Formats: sequence, C-alpha cells, structure tokens
Amino acid sequence: MSDVLHLKYTVCDDDFTRAGEASSDVKKRLKQLAIPPEIIRKVSIALYEGEINMVIHANGGSIDVFITEEEIKLVLADKGPGIPDINKAMEAGYSTAPDNIRTLGFGAGMGLPNMKKNSDDMQIDTTINVGTTVTMIIRL
Amino acid sequence: MTVSEISVLLNARVLTKNTNTNKEVLTACGSDMMSDVLAFAKTQCVLLTGLCNPQVIRTAEMMDIVCIVFVRGKTPDDAMISMAEEMDIPILITQHRMFESCGLLYANGLRGGANDV
Repeated sequence: MSDVLHLKYTVCDDDFTRAGEASSDVKKRLKQLAIPPEIIRKVSIALYEGEINMVIHANGGSIDVFITEEEIKLVLADKGPGIPDINKAMEAGYSTAPDNIRTLGFGAGMGLPNMKKNSDDMQIDTTINVGTTVTMIIRL
Repeated sequence: MTVSEISVLLNARVLTKNTNTNKEVLTACGSDMMSDVLAFAKTQCVLLTGLCNPQVIRTAEMMDIVCIVFVRGKTPDDAMISMAEEMDIPILITQHRMFESCGLLYANGLRGGANDV
C-alpha cells in the first residue's frame, strides 16, 4: 500500500468571507506536489463547493483530504440538519439555501451536481438532525 | 485577447498592482452567481461580474480565472484587492453594465467557450 498524505481542516461557520480558505490551502499543496492541473481543477471545484455548502447549510464542519499515488479522497463531515431528500438535492437548480445566500452569489442549486461532476465517485451519508458526510474520490 | 486589451475595450481601470496584464484570455463568463461560474466557466477565462465580495476572488482562484472585471463601477475593498494580487489575478473595474461589457468583448472576438448548447 502506498503512503498517504493526510490534510485536515476545520471549517468555521461564523464568517462567510473566510469560506474557501481550506480549499485554497489544498490547492496550493496539490500544486507543490506537482499534481496534474486538470486534477487540481476538479479537486478545487468539488472541495470549494462542499466547503461553501458546509458554511451555508451546516454551521461548518471538518474536511479531511487523503492523497495517495492512486487517488485524492475528500471527506467533508458536518453536524448540520442532514439532507431530507438526496435525489432532490442532486437535481441541478434545486436549492434550500436562504435568499441572503443568493445575494452572496451562491445557492443556485448547482453545488452537489457540480461536486458529482468533478469527482469520479461521490457518496453521501446523511441523517436528519445528526449530520452529513460527503466522500468524494478523484483518481489520479 | 490579453488582459490589457480587455481593459482598453471596456475603458476599465486595473486596480491591482504588479499583476500580469499580458496574460492571454481565451474565453469569458459573465455572472453574478458564483455557483454558475463554478459550474460553467471554461479555461483561461475572464470573469465579468457585478457581485462584489471575497468569494468572487476565491471562486476565481479555484477556477484559474485569468482576470476579473467588475461591471457597473462595483469597487472591491482593499482586502479583496490584496487577495487578488497575492494570486496574480488582475482586477479591472468598468463603468459599463454587464450587457454592454459582454457585448463589447464578444464583438471583438471573445467567446464563452461552451460547445454544448
């Protein structure tokens, strides 16, 4: 089994202007590791969408990134309200984000579909009033 | 089309210092919704937007956006300008509205880059 590089971040909910700092750091680290640009782009989009979702819907959470020679695994875990209807949430254009989020440029209902589009595999484990864990894999 | 050429076409001011305005732009994306930018922007893209908050710069970073044009005279604060300078993303500001800005760039040969419409 190959070595695993593990990056860990806490996403705060108190300041929307800071949302994306974890994704930004991951992007810098992947560049340093000379990961191909097209892979970095996919990881950046998938992770940033997920990070924004955590801030909008779930009062923040944690992000774990596992990098091996074969793949990059992103695990986003929160203790938010959970997703009542995953199929609906995966529909492009469906959003439960409050109106004030739309004035900030998000909440168009493109987040989860875009995360799926940019990952090779995506799993959502969610329990109402307990939280949601999204696991995405991008193969190298 | 270079960032400098865009600034001339849109009569725009470059707000960032020491960012490379000789960079080549191949496509354009105009939107106030960063969700849409994350879903639809293509490579080597200029982002035109009337939204003015730090997430615009963050989105540009994630998407490798070449430069940002704030339309309708929207003016980013110093923190946003510093962020963009750190990322070498030139910020331009034009008084033109979104429609005119996009039209001027389109009329001069720039395209959205989407082949799936």
